[in-house]
Amino acid sequence: MDITSILYPVLSIGGMGVIFGAGLGLASIKLKVEQDPKVPLVRECLPGANCGGCGFAGCDALAEAIASGKAPVNACPVGGSACAAKVGAVMGIKAEEGEKMVAFVKCNGNCDAAKTKFEYYGEADCDLENGVSGGRKACSYGCLGDGNCVRVCKFNALNIVNGVAVVNPDKCVACGACIKACPKKLIELVPESKKVRVACSSHDAPKQSKDNCSNACMGCKMCERNCPSEAVKVDNFLAKVDYEKCTQCGICTEKCPTKAITKRDGNVVLNEESAS
Amino acid sequence: MNLFLILLSAIFVHNFVLSQFLGICPFLGVSKKVETASGMGIAVVFVITLASAATWLVHKFILVPLHIEYLYNIAFILIIASLVQLVEMFIKKSSPSLYQALGVYLPLITTNCAVLGVAVNNMNDGYGFIASVVNGIGAAIGFAIAIILFAGIRERVAKCNIPKSLEGFPIALITAGLMAIAFLGFSGML
Repeated sequence: MDITSILYPVLSIGGMGVIFGAGLGLASIKLKVEQDPKVPLVRECLPGANCGGCGFAGCDALAEAIASGKAPVNACPVGGSACAAKVGAVMGIKAEEGEKMVAFVKCNGNCDAAKTKFEYYGEADCDLENGVSGGRKACSYGCLGDGNCVRVCKFNALNIVNGVAVVNPDKCVACGACIKACPKKLIELVPESKKVRVACSSHDAPKQSKDNCSNACMGCKMCERNCPSEAVKVDNFLAKVDYEKCTQCGICTEKCPTKAITKRDGNVVLNEESAS
Repeated sequence: MNLFLILLSAIFVHNFVLSQFLGICPFLGVSKKVETASGMGIAVVFVITLASAATWLVHKFILVPLHIEYLYNIAFILIIASLVQLVEMFIKKSSPSLYQALGVYLPLITTNCAVLGVAVNNMNDGYGFIASVVNGIGAAIGFAIAIILFAGIRERVAKCNIPKSLEGFPIALITAGLMAIAFLGFSGML
């Protein structure tokens, strides 16, 4: 037996191992990416749900953006002002108090109010039902109530009540996951303190809206005409509240014939005593 | 023309996942969403192409002259693992956006047996350098096609009403089996 038949394999494979190891070691020094020491500290303060509500790809990405100054310290909608204060302490910036936002479902076409055009026997999934002629509801803008938003909510803030999705504002952290999940684009973020909201998204003509759903906004402009601060505008048969201008006087809610515009906490209508 | 045949054969006829059953682990593991499946697919194309070039060079200029071809497995694994590490570091430094897209999948590919499979196949079939690289690209594209198609099907299947006993992996395996049968149809192509 020749000694080379042992020597060659050992030397060549061992040599390759040593060379690759040394190469990688060198490369790791040469190609080292400088990481800001603040990144892990900022990351510690963030909630870590990786919900993407801030618009970045998860908490790690946001921490990097904050540390490099590309995002404000209160960029995390989930952590709210408590989180912003902690991040601000790390970054040495005082956090501005952000207005707390909550998700709001712009539809009140519940089982009592909204008519259906056919019976739907498919999977209880909004995307699938929406694929069948826009779903069973006569109003093509309305909430289908199959709960895609409920399933994507990591914070259990949504429920289906009487066929319509309802947000619990105490649990909602405004991460925006439900907004992306809704095929009807019914959910938007509104300032929590602004209670006067329009619970309808229908752009149908007045008569059709009224036929389809007794809670619909018909675009009658009673709210627009009576608003003292010009905060309500009707566009394409749908009222819209400008939350910047709204003083929450509540006149529009009294004038609205279908009560599509009301004072609400989440999706629950506040009665006059508790509202005042 | 010959190279074109090698490419087609690697993509369809000898599809690495669906007719040679290599690389099944990532095929089942990262195929729940089309988005992640495409990320994995692109990363695999990247790595297999580089790996088939590197392994060919080492085989030709180190293993064969020293008559130690029987050590090819160990040598190839060594090369692939270090190559992936190096590529990962390099991408992290040079292109953070590409790293974000591929980053998670690159380390996973270190142990993807399809990469080793391509290298071993290249050696067994006696391909030259260009042919090896083309075969590598073809195999990787075949992998990407298979995993993206599979992810698309799984996305739909997840929304369907599946019997309790078949939910999750059982139905995924059945789907994969049916896809493999479908890909048998390509065997008459060449």
